[in-house]
Amino acid sequence: MFAWIPLFPLLGALANGLLGIKFFSRKAVQAVGVGSVALSFLASAASFVALLRGSEDVLVARLFSWIPPSLVPLADGGTAAFAVDLAFRYDSLAAVMTLVVTGVGLLIHVYSVGYMAHDRSFARFFAYLNLFTFAMLVLVLGANLAVLFIGWEGVGLCSYLLIGFWFSKDAAAAAGKKAFLTNRVGDFGFILGIGVLLFVLGTIDLGSINRLAGEGALTKGAATAAALLLFIGATGKSAQIPLYTWLPDAMEGPTPVSALIHAATMVTAGVYMVARLHALFTLSGLALDVIALVGAGTAVYAATMALVQFDIKRVLAYSTISQIGYMFLGLGSGAYAAGVFHLMTHAFFKALLFLAAGSVIHALSGEQDMRKMGGLRSRVPTTYRVFLVGALAISGVPGLSGFFSKDEILASAFASGPTVAWALGVLGAGMTAFYIFRLIFLTFFGPERMDEAARLRCHESPPVMTVPLRILAFLSAFGGFVGLPHLLGGGAWFGKFLESSTGRHAGHLAAGTEALLMALSAGVGLAGIYGAYVVYVRKRGAPAFRLKERFGALHRLVFRKYFVDEFYDGILVGGILRLGRLAGGFDLKVIDGLVDGAAALTRRLSKISIFFDGRVVDGAVNGVGAVHRHASRLLRRVQTGYVYNYALAVVFGLVIIMALVVTVF
Amino acid sequence: MVPIDAVFALGIALFVLGLFGVLFRKNLVVMLMSLELVLNGLNVILAGLGFHLRSPRGSIFAIFVILMAVAEAAVGFALILSYFRQKKTYDIDKLNELKG
Repeated sequence: MFAWIPLFPLLGALANGLLGIKFFSRKAVQAVGVGSVALSFLASAASFVALLRGSEDVLVARLFSWIPPSLVPLADGGTAAFAVDLAFRYDSLAAVMTLVVTGVGLLIHVYSVGYMAHDRSFARFFAYLNLFTFAMLVLVLGANLAVLFIGWEGVGLCSYLLIGFWFSKDAAAAAGKKAFLTNRVGDFGFILGIGVLLFVLGTIDLGSINRLAGEGALTKGAATAAALLLFIGATGKSAQIPLYTWLPDAMEGPTPVSALIHAATMVTAGVYMVARLHALFTLSGLALDVIALVGAGTAVYAATMALVQFDIKRVLAYSTISQIGYMFLGLGSGAYAAGVFHLMTHAFFKALLFLAAGSVIHALSGEQDMRKMGGLRSRVPTTYRVFLVGALAISGVPGLSGFFSKDEILASAFASGPTVAWALGVLGAGMTAFYIFRLIFLTFFGPERMDEAARLRCHESPPVMTVPLRILAFLSAFGGFVGLPHLLGGGAWFGKFLESSTGRHAGHLAAGTEALLMALSAGVGLAGIYGAYVVYVRKRGAPAFRLKERFGALHRLVFRKYFVDEFYDGILVGGILRLGRLAGGFDLKVIDGLVDGAAALTRRLSKISIFFDGRVVDGAVNGVGAVHRHASRLLRRVQTGYVYNYALAVVFGLVIIMALVVTVF
Repeated sequence: MVPIDAVFALGIALFVLGLFGVLFRKNLVVMLMSLELVLNGLNVILAGLGFHLRSPRGSIFAIFVILMAVAEAAVGFALILSYFRQKKTYDIDKLNELKG
């Protein structure tokens, strides 16, 4: 049943990619593109219901044997029968992921019909989107790391294709390349991690790894090595320190792509992977602390950059990095379900924010700079309302989805994570509320700062775009109730549902502490909103300018993204380029020199050879010929051709012979 | 009884006459006829010597030579005929295609 889920987007991608570009009308393209994801969503929903009703916690569908069983040597000197099947695994975690991917994906597909309506490469866009959905579903359904890796690389490839969708734009092409290459760095760690697991355990089956790690079949050191290597892959895919730089640049892609890939699905692959291999990470311990610290660090670090950006999509991009940091903070605290919970709510509200930002950009004929917006509240009222819902959700205002998931993460971090990570998380929560409301106030409030031409064309988006926005707004507002904590009268159903695949979170807090933490995170969020209101509405941005003047150097540091891009370009990329040029020079001078030298030597030798051949060999042959020619010129005179001459010679010869005979005998 | 010297004289005379004919005449037919003279000069000597030595071997040899001469004449004239059909001439000077 669930094995059908990834099939539909694959068929859609093939149909649109191979046939659609040439033969399909726009209507047919969008029917195939949206329809395939809709079917996939229905299959996901049906599988989910079947999982709830059924008694099995884990369903596995083997399609075929990929690598037949073969003996591999293990680290401890033994051997193990290693086999890989192309198999899918469906459990509660996979159910959540497929529902989020296909559900949010479906809404974004519908939205794209409106957003991309005027684009020339309509079919290509939907083919890529479907291909991406397929790859993501393979990733979350893969039963072993090899199948997961197919999806892992597939989403990387589709990310490259979609970021560089408008490849005639230099920035877009460069951003696609950057995303792909940065991901490759992470993927290298990921492959090494798979290799370590294979070497230590002799299996890469997800269920077996968790079981063996739970039984303690591998040493703590090996688990730490494998977990950290896999986490390097996660930092690439999920844009964490130090491999996050590709995500802001990825905003060069079309906005639905940013929403689908860089908010809701692909960037959560790392979170999913860590939750999937929870037993391994738990066994390591050290890896969990690293994840928590990296996550919390990224959450605050990215939030500082989101504070000063003026490009509306870049603010959201840094916000995404920051929010994924929260997910990792949750995972690193051992609260895997909380991380996945935030993954889901984040998928709702961040997709909403991106799509709403796309609607704003659409309304303003492609303007992305917030300094040229303002006062849009009345011009695009639907977009404004849904944007506000998304902003309240991400800020952690009590009652909305983001509040529950973020609060759960912070509570887990307080209970079982590093304290400094928890403190960073709380700080980041305040900054999150501040930067998202800075965005709201700059975009929808205050005076209108756009060009005259853009102001005249300004319009609300068509229903095909606003209906998905409304649905996402609903989910952002109420999606959190599936994980309503006990304290507020809920049953934390989400966490219970996931227990079968991610295990139970050990940390537990007293009710009073939990309430205090909840109040703290709500208070921090509201304080952030109030701060943004004071700075950008009541004082019309004046404090921001004063701060900018007072701390010019600091502002410059943050605004230029801590010069990390420059650092990477200068040290890493530049170094590699220099190395390449050095190798190129070596190639040109030494290797080519050797080759050229050998060629010149050969030519010189062959000249001698030609001389010898021409003068000596040919000379000898010709000489023999010439001698014969000259000799024959003399001798041929004898052959007159007249019979009587020959007859006379015969007679003379006869006479001589007879004379000899007579005289001798 | 003819003296043996006369037989030699006649035979050699015929032989030399024929030889000169073969060597110096330019007409193919005449050359072939001269060749017959050479053979017949030889025949005279063979037959005469056989008679002189009271032995039949000379005559037997002569008869062999005559047989061979018949065959030679038949082949020779056939060659000359086909040569004539091609060249419309009997001139031996035109027959020098094997010239070096």
